[in-house]
Order: sequence, then C-alpha cells, then structure tokens
Amino acid sequence: MKVFNAQALLMGILILLTAGPAAGKKLQIVTTTTDLKAIAQAVGGAYVSVNSISSGRQDPHFIDAKPSYMLKLRKADLFIRIGLELEQGWERLILEGSRNRSILLGSRGHLDASAGIRRLEVPTGALDRSMGDVHPLGNPHYWLDPYNARIIAGTIARRLGELDPEHEDEYARSAASFGRQVDIAMFGSALQEGEDSEGLWQRQHDGNLDPGFGGQSDTGEARGWQAKMAPFRGVKVVTYHRSWSYFLERFGLVAAGELEAKPGISPSPGHLKNLIETMRAQQVPIIIVASFKGDKAPNLVASKTGATVVKVPYSVGGNEQAGDYIAMMDQLVTRISTALTRSSL
Amino acid sequence: MNVHTARSLIIAVLFTGYLSAQGIAVQPRYADLSLSSLFSSGWSSAAAEELLALQGGAHDPNKRGFTVQNVELSLMGAVDPFLRGEAHLIFQIDAQGESIFELEEAFLTTQTLPFGLQVKAGTYFTEFGRLNPQHPHSWSYVDQPVINTRMFGGDGLRGPGVRVAWLSPLPWYAELFLGLQNANGETAVSFLNSPEEDRFLGRPLVDRELESMADLLRSARWLNSLSIGEETTVNLGVSALWGPNRTGEEGKTAIYGGDLYLKWQPLANDQGWPFVALQGELMHRNYLAADSSEPFIGNPQTLTDIGGYLQVQWGLKRGWVAGMRYESATGSGKDGDDPLRDQRTRVAGNLTYYPSEFSKVRLQLNLDSARFLDQDNAWGLWLQYEFLLGRHAGHKF
Repeated sequence: MKVFNAQALLMGILILLTAGPAAGKKLQIVTTTTDLKAIAQAVGGAYVSVNSISSGRQDPHFIDAKPSYMLKLRKADLFIRIGLELEQGWERLILEGSRNRSILLGSRGHLDASAGIRRLEVPTGALDRSMGDVHPLGNPHYWLDPYNARIIAGTIARRLGELDPEHEDEYARSAASFGRQVDIAMFGSALQEGEDSEGLWQRQHDGNLDPGFGGQSDTGEARGWQAKMAPFRGVKVVTYHRSWSYFLERFGLVAAGELEAKPGISPSPGHLKNLIETMRAQQVPIIIVASFKGDKAPNLVASKTGATVVKVPYSVGGNEQAGDYIAMMDQLVTRISTALTRSSL
Repeated sequence: MNVHTARSLIIAVLFTGYLSAQGIAVQPRYADLSLSSLFSSGWSSAAAEELLALQGGAHDPNKRGFTVQNVELSLMGAVDPFLRGEAHLIFQIDAQGESIFELEEAFLTTQTLPFGLQVKAGTYFTEFGRLNPQHPHSWSYVDQPVINTRMFGGDGLRGPGVRVAWLSPLPWYAELFLGLQNANGETAVSFLNSPEEDRFLGRPLVDRELESMADLLRSARWLNSLSIGEETTVNLGVSALWGPNRTGEEGKTAIYGGDLYLKWQPLANDQGWPFVALQGELMHRNYLAADSSEPFIGNPQTLTDIGGYLQVQWGLKRGWVAGMRYESATGSGKDGDDPLRDQRTRVAGNLTYYPSEFSKVRLQLNLDSARFLDQDNAWGLWLQYEFLLGRHAGHKF
C-alpha cells in the first residue's frame, strides 16, 4: 500500500471513530449530580441514556476522583456540570482520566448548566480564604430554586439539539413540558392552559401573588408549592451550610444564620453559642440541614432553642422518596412547610 | 537556576496570579498557582548522623529542632486546547541550614489523543507504585517510607523523559504506563546516580555513556481499580523498572513492586469524613554488578533488597485522621552495617487535624529498630504543620 493510501485509510478510521452518534444510538450523557440527571432524562427522553457521578446522597463538593467515574465518562457524548466551581475539586481529574476528548472543557460535549441562571451571593470586593470557602462565582446550589430547573431544562435542550439536530424539536418540546410540570407543581392546577407562567413566577418571587394562589383546586388536587410556602414569607430560618439560599429566596424565607461560622468551616462552640442567642432572640423555628451532614451540631442547637431540625435531601436520590426533580422539591416544600406549621416558635 | 532567575520567575508568577485574581466576570485561568509549605519540629533519641540515616528522605524531618520540609510552588493549567502544563519548584532549608532550590517537576500532558492514550513529557516523578509520584504535601505521614528511600533515594525517582499511558477498553479501570527516562542524576538512585557519587551499596562506581536504549531507565506500570459497592474502591498496581547501574558496563538494576490502596467512605460523608484507607507497597530490587576487582561480600554478583510498608488511615470525624504504619526492609549480601541495606523496621502512629482543606497539624511517633544504630532502637516524635495558598489541584485517587 502506498503511503498516501495508508494515510487516507487512517483518516477514514479516525473520522469514523470521532463521528457523532450513529442513527438509532442513544446519546450518552453523564451529569455531575442527580438533579441534572433527572432534568436531562426528562428533556432527552428515549433518545438519551443518562448517568450521574454523584449518587444524590453525598455532598457534591467533596467527591473523590475515583477511577470508576472516569470509566463512566469514557464513552460519554455529553458531560453536564452544575458549574460555579461546585465540582472544581474533582471535575478536571475525572475528565482527563476518562481520555474522552469530546467532553473536555470548551468542547460541545461539555455543558455548564449554570448558563442563564441568575446567581446569588456573587462576592463583591476583596475575597480571600479567611472568609472560608466562598465560591467566587456565586452560590452554586441554584438547582434548589424550582424556577432554575426550568432554565436548566432549556439549556440542556439547546445543547442536545446541537448534538443531535434530528431530534432538536422534540428536545425543545420535552423541556417545555418539563417546565410546565414544574409550573403546575408550583402554582397548582389553578394555572390555566396557555397562561404566561413567567409573569406568575416573577410576581411570586416579588411577593405580589395572592398567598392562596394555587390552593385547593375544585377537584381537590394537592396544593402547589407556592400556596404551601406563602404563609411563611419573611420567616427566619437557620441552615447548616449556605446551600439553601436559592430555596429561601424563592419562597421569601430569611436566613438568620448558619451553623457554620464561615462556609466550609466546622461549626465551632463559640459560634454556636452566639447563634443560639440569635435564634432565641429572633425565635427561629427551624434548622434546615442536608441529609449528608452530621446531626450533632443541629441537635445541640435545636435542644437549646426549641427549633426543629429539618433534615432533607438536597438532591434527587437523596432518599427513596426523592425519585425525580419534582418529587424531591415536593418533599422539601412539604417537610419544611409542615415543620414551620407545627413549630410553636 | 541561580537565585536571581528564580526570583524573577517568582515575581512573574505572582504577578500572573494577581492579574488572574482581578475581574470575577471573565476569571481567566491561564495558570493555577499554589504554594504548599510543610514544616516540622521534634526530637529523636538518635542524633546528627544517625538521625540523618534514620530519616533518609530529603523531605523527612531529620534534625532535632525545626525542619523546613518542603516549600513547593506549583503552577498548572491548560497550555492550549491540546496540552496541559504543570511545574513544581521546591525550596528547602536542609539540616545544615543551607538553602536548596530544585526543579521538582515540569511536564506537559496531552489531552486530545485518541484510543485512551496520553503522553507525558518533561521531567517528572516516575509512576512507580503509589507513593513515589506523590508530593510530600499529600503524604499521610511526616516522612517517606524507608523502602522508598532505599530504592529511590531521598527525593524519589524522577527525571527527564517521556511516558505513554493507555486506558484500556476493559470493563474495569485498567491503565498501562510505559516510560523512558534518563537513568542518571541524584534522583536516579539505584541506577546511574549522581556523577558525584563514587560508591553505591559499597561498590565503586564508574562513568557510563548513553549508548543504547538499554542505558535509559525503562518503566512499566499496570494500575487496576475496582469498586466494591458504592462506598469502597480498591486500586491494585504492579510496577517495574529496568535500567543500567554504574558498577561497570554490564551493571544493571531491576526493581519490581506491587501496591494496594483500599478506601472506604460512606456516601453520606461530611466533607470526606469518616473514611478508612488501607495502603501498602512491596518492592524488590536486584542490583546486578558488573565484573569488578571488588566483589560484594556474600554474593559477588547480585545484591537483593526487599521491603515494604502497610498503613491504615482512619478518618474519625470531620477534620481528624489517625494512622498506623508498619515498615520493614532488608538486603542480602550486606557489607557491614550499611544504613541503606540493614535489617530495619519502623512502626509509626500519628494523628492529624485539618482545620480546613488548606492547613493541617500532625503529631507522629516513630519507633525504629535498625542494626546500624548504636542502641539498635530509636524513637522520634515529630509535629508537622502545613499551609496551602492558592488554587491547589485535586488529588488523584
């Protein structure tokens, strides 16, 4: 064989190996978290197969870059991350270790789901580590605002459409349909067919929506998240880590403090003592804690203040009931609103 | 590198860091910059020369009083869409109070090769076993294992070269590393060594030229990783090195090793705690001497050394880790009481506290037993402390 032919053959093989997914083959998606997995599954439907690195029962900040994760990524067509440096401790190691060049940062197979999200707690002015583990790009726990789940779905649909143009319209429809499910879960079946939900989300966010909106429907269906949380607008709560800011902001709850004196730093006795005083003075009714956090500090503070510890999953798969995004959010809203209702504080 | 060049480099690096800290919106990441500073203080029942032989690692605490173990400036980042670059410069003050500057590593790795391949080129730690490629900052003890010091010298085995890694398509994680590096220099102990050394293992050394591939250091490693459920991972590796030594034209060395790392960590962990990590390595060296007028005592041709360590780290609760390590090493055909070949055991226990990801304090007790010591036994108690600045890369599993 002439050298030229050998080169052509090699190029041919390379093109075949690097070409996009063949018709009929599912797009292989790997997400960093289960929330992204659930949304990507809802958007991609039958055309995708989705895996998540995190199981939903662990803290996505602190994941070992295990070789098994590199294997998961080896054949992926699309990698989706939360971004805002949530995964910075391990993302690069597993991407590089996977030897999958189509999902490296900057390529079409690498998607940052934070695009289009209105970020909270973006630090201004000087930032250094004496302030603890502050995320310089803003708080990354944005999936805990159900409105953001709709944005994520749209972001994923657009990228899937680029990777698989044949089904572009279907991805867009699925994202819209997922968004609609979130709208209904939020506002209940009071939401009229074809009604502009954007306006409702804005009014709800600004506190300009009738608190009873989306309450009991004529057919007795479950109340929407908005109606369940509306009575507690302005109520002060304490959280373990600053991972609930988006949830609190959405429903108008106010953070009175965190068990951690500074982000990522273990709760210290001195700080807890001050926090207990603040909580007593402000009659803070609940302490919201992600399910993978320790019980000791929350229980101690609860016993001294009479507040209730609400230990909840903050990701899909965090417990058995949190099977998909809506079920997870439903559980958060139900457990937090129930605890707030029952609290004697 | 002279002091002036080093200073200019550092100023340039710090300036880059300053620039990259400006402007949140764009946040360029041309190079991540970090500084890891590792110090210790303590006491040993062995003093001066004996202590230097006991704590033979170049980053081990090796002096009663204070030791500057390792101050390491690291730079890493994407070079372009095809390559990543990484450099580690180390500063130390040795037991005599002399300042030391070393280029520890500087290498590129390819990012976009097909078929699971990756090439590393530059000067770097040889991927032999688990501990050798790790930097002192990520060790679980204040000192390196005795067997590493014996096989690879105080600084670990490293040098200029190139290696290819291949992630195999097997259903479990299996990666093969094949490398070629220079076999000479003070970081190629067991092979050609530094030209200033005139004896090694009691044997006179001669100068050798590079005449064929056989005069380079050839390395191979096969790393496997298996998951046992979602909470336990086991890494099993075997490594080999072949290269020349300076006993004469025919002198050659072969080192084989096996390593194990097992880690259990519950899914619902608090910033990584609790966990249990078991780690062990076993190494065997055949040092084949060329014909010489000065034969070894015992076996005239081959010196065999063997040794290893087994350690367990238990992450008790967030921030706290307790550890135990047992080590043993010995050599055949010994030439008197050679500290590098003697029958030797060491038991170490330590407790580490991490106030955050960026600092630690560690207290370690060493109990040594070695034939070359006057008293046969020695103890050492060391307090280590570390701070990290900048963006430090995540650790390999």
